[in-house]
Amino acid sequence: MQGEVYPKVYLYRRIVKAKLFIDENFAENIDLDNIADTAFFSKFHFIRLFKKTYTKTPHQYLTSVRIERSKLLLQEDIPVAEVCYAVGFDSVSSFTGLFKRTTGITPSAYQQERQRIRQEIKSAPLKYIPNCFAESHGWAKKSNFQEAEI
Amino acid sequence: MSIFVLDQDNAYEFYVNKLGFKVHTDAPMGPGARWLTVCPPEQPDLEIALMAINEGMMFTKESAHAMRDLVSKGTFGFGVFECNDLLATYEELKAKGVEFKKAPTQEFYGFEALFTDDSGNWFSLGQKAK
Repeated sequence: MQGEVYPKVYLYRRIVKAKLFIDENFAENIDLDNIADTAFFSKFHFIRLFKKTYTKTPHQYLTSVRIERSKLLLQEDIPVAEVCYAVGFDSVSSFTGLFKRTTGITPSAYQQERQRIRQEIKSAPLKYIPNCFAESHGWAKKSNFQEAEI
Repeated sequence: MSIFVLDQDNAYEFYVNKLGFKVHTDAPMGPGARWLTVCPPEQPDLEIALMAINEGMMFTKESAHAMRDLVSKGTFGFGVFECNDLLATYEELKAKGVEFKKAPTQEFYGFEALFTDDSGNWFSLGQKAK
């Protein structure tokens, strides 16, 4: 592949590096001013460019990453308070409020819903698989699928 | 929609950990069988099945071998993805090890790059109109 030549590639690489830093260090107490400095931007310029690229400010993006990661941990049945601190929040009430504003339900309700879905996938997997695929694999309801060991 | 992949574990790593897709359903379906679907982060209703190519009801031994050969040679292009900023997405995916057949290029139909998944399937990546 030939070398890429497009305007301001160096700017994009610095913004992407900042985003990837947030992705990898979201659980830490990140100082977004430090990220701006590391990327050789003024704080204002950094926020403006980041938002133009990702439609979120760095702080909004950090919050969204923490909420998304918290969903994964909640699916593993880890207690809500533990999830809160594991993803970098320092207040369970703030975490719960942010989670509910983002998803529409509380972390506990989300965890219970995921438990219900997991149980249903085990007990009635054909509810989650298109019939055509199930039939092509010999898993249609009228077959001996229920006798297959899962 | 369905995408045929050579290995579902590797495909999981690619689509979830590199492209940032969300897992929709990951259900074991008996020995050697797995129903694995993912969705783009902003389209939770678009369920993409990552389908293994195994001898069984769908494939004979010969057709599975032929299909795996075709997939690994990059025969199939399964569609077009869009992103908010193509240059930023291109730099990020490259940093994560995604292979591109074509860097972002202005074509007569739009600004586009082409990348391949871990199996060899290729996709167009375009930028949303602003």
